[in-house]
Amino acid sequence: MGKNRTPYLLLLPGFGFLFTFFILPIINLAQTSTQTKIAGGDTGQYEQTLHFRNYIDAFVENKDQFGRSFLFATISTLLALAIAYPLAYAIAFKSGKYKNLLLVLVVAPFFTSFLLRTIAWKQILGEEGFVVPTLRSLGIISQSTTLTSTSFAVVMGMTYNFLPFMTLPLFASIDRIDPRTLEASGDLYANGYTTFRKVTLPLSMPGVVAGTLLTFIPAAGDYVNASILGDPTTKMIGNVIESRFFKIVDYPTAAALSFTLMAAILILVTLYIRKAGTEELV
Amino acid sequence: MAKASIDARGDLRLTRLTKTYGDFTAVDDLSLTIQKGSFFALLGPSGCGKTTTLRMIAGLEEPTAGSIHLGETDITTTKPYQRPINTVFQNYALFPHLTIFENIAFGLRRRGQKDVKEAVEKVLNLVELPHLAQRKPTQLSGGQQQRIALARAIVNRPALLLLDEPLGALDLKLRRQMQIELKWIQKEVGLTFVHVTHDQEEAMTMADTIAVMNEGQIEQMGSPADLYDNPETAYVANFLGQSNLIKGTISGNDGDSLVVDLYGQKISLPKSRSHAVDNSTYAGIRPEKFRISLLETPVRGNVLSGGRIEDVSYIGVSTQYQVEMPWGQELMVFEQNDDGVAPFNKGDAVNISWEPTFTFALRGDEDVTAGSEVQPEDLDEE
Repeated sequence: MGKNRTPYLLLLPGFGFLFTFFILPIINLAQTSTQTKIAGGDTGQYEQTLHFRNYIDAFVENKDQFGRSFLFATISTLLALAIAYPLAYAIAFKSGKYKNLLLVLVVAPFFTSFLLRTIAWKQILGEEGFVVPTLRSLGIISQSTTLTSTSFAVVMGMTYNFLPFMTLPLFASIDRIDPRTLEASGDLYANGYTTFRKVTLPLSMPGVVAGTLLTFIPAAGDYVNASILGDPTTKMIGNVIESRFFKIVDYPTAAALSFTLMAAILILVTLYIRKAGTEELV
Repeated sequence: MAKASIDARGDLRLTRLTKTYGDFTAVDDLSLTIQKGSFFALLGPSGCGKTTTLRMIAGLEEPTAGSIHLGETDITTTKPYQRPINTVFQNYALFPHLTIFENIAFGLRRRGQKDVKEAVEKVLNLVELPHLAQRKPTQLSGGQQQRIALARAIVNRPALLLLDEPLGALDLKLRRQMQIELKWIQKEVGLTFVHVTHDQEEAMTMADTIAVMNEGQIEQMGSPADLYDNPETAYVANFLGQSNLIKGTISGNDGDSLVVDLYGQKISLPKSRSHAVDNSTYAGIRPEKFRISLLETPVRGNVLSGGRIEDVSYIGVSTQYQVEMPWGQELMVFEQNDDGVAPFNKGDAVNISWEPTFTFALRGDEDVTAGSEVQPEDLDEE
């Protein structure tokens, strides 16, 4: 008897928490998304009119920011993958006794605030930082080019901030690969490149999928990087939602945008997992 | 496209092969020729350098010094994927993400071979697992995985097949069965097999030639019967089966035989089986070669008298006796239970006799315990 009830009792705190702080707010948000202004009412006064047009209006009005969000998120996810894969591989296979130290270093940035680190990037990419003068003297960028308040800075900031979320699942997955299977591949006439393509990469796919999702999903909804490192022309959908909620006090549009973003991410993620799950992405 | 693997065939020749890791010498100036088409075993306890030798042949370790030739081709620095050599790894190292079919086809596809399907099906039939082609490795039992690992290697028809403790993870019964199958498959496909093991029984069952390794060097090399009947060192005498080693002095010469004095009792042995360098020697006799007789029974051949039975263990096929000799040493005697009864009892006063030709003689300065403290069954490579 007692045994049968235990799992439910264990579930109770989690379920209660999620119900109060996730399910209820989501329902509330869904209700808000179809409200309209009360005629003659004050700012921030809305009534439920099941006005589903809110969704279409919100999307049409902000489709550029939507597009930019997914574009930036995609680019920074790919960049993070390109940086994190060799890093995770080296930590898993080549670091010997330094493995744990290197893993600590990967998560070390979390010891300082996300905001601080992003503001630091503003300094790094600023006129007085070392990056801009170096690139200018090497002739890679022109004397008048600046890096702050650009899409470049936003994407770099996002790549940097989400890198650990990419690295850790990749490491976990690569670390589990039996190095003897790589030796076996070499033994069976596969050179280094073929071994990577046919053995290492497929075996690390769970890490690639987890890492890209953990990077892409928060990146698509991110607004901190765009607001600190960007300018009005680099606004992402997160910035729009933020300003609709807190500045313009247009709750219905903000709620509709939130749901649209959620739906778009869900669809993309589902398609991606289908693709990654049913065939090797190579 | 990968650089095609070289097409070398012929004997494998290791010349002064050495591998050191810092101060530790794993393989020490080892020279060896393995004939094409033979079943060769490298036998020794863990840490003796046999696996390192195998990995250098496979190309997975680079020799510190020395060379490796396959036929006339020097393959010392050839990349593993360019060597016409395949390995059956200790824990099989099957690709967990590929089906059994694709595991076996892996090498064929890398070399762009045609008729992959036909070749894979043929080798699956050879290892008698054609019904498992579409399974994943984790769905197979240990014995099945072992056969697939073998199939994945031999399907490529390599000039040389390396087996690294391939049966180590199997239980005893399955191991015995696979030993017979491996031997049969080797005959069937006619490839050169180089087999690394710490199990002397396994090496003796399968190999045409065994090299016993100790501390990075070959202690003795020969056919299983050679090694067992005529070991050159105490290490080999103890590592392959069990031996009674009795301290003695070579006291005379009698045609093709030597006369040896063992604590005052004279025995003879063939000169061809003496590896002593001076008069001091250890006479060696395998426990099953001894015969026990009561004092009044007449006996032929070499005789040691004054024994007393200390312990009797009946183990079915034979009875094992511990016989204490006048000089305090306990000798091991295995008697076949041909007649169904154990005729001797604890405390019986007995003579021990044996055919002189079954005696071998080692150097007198040998460590008689060498190779005996390592119990092959207990060992496992890391």
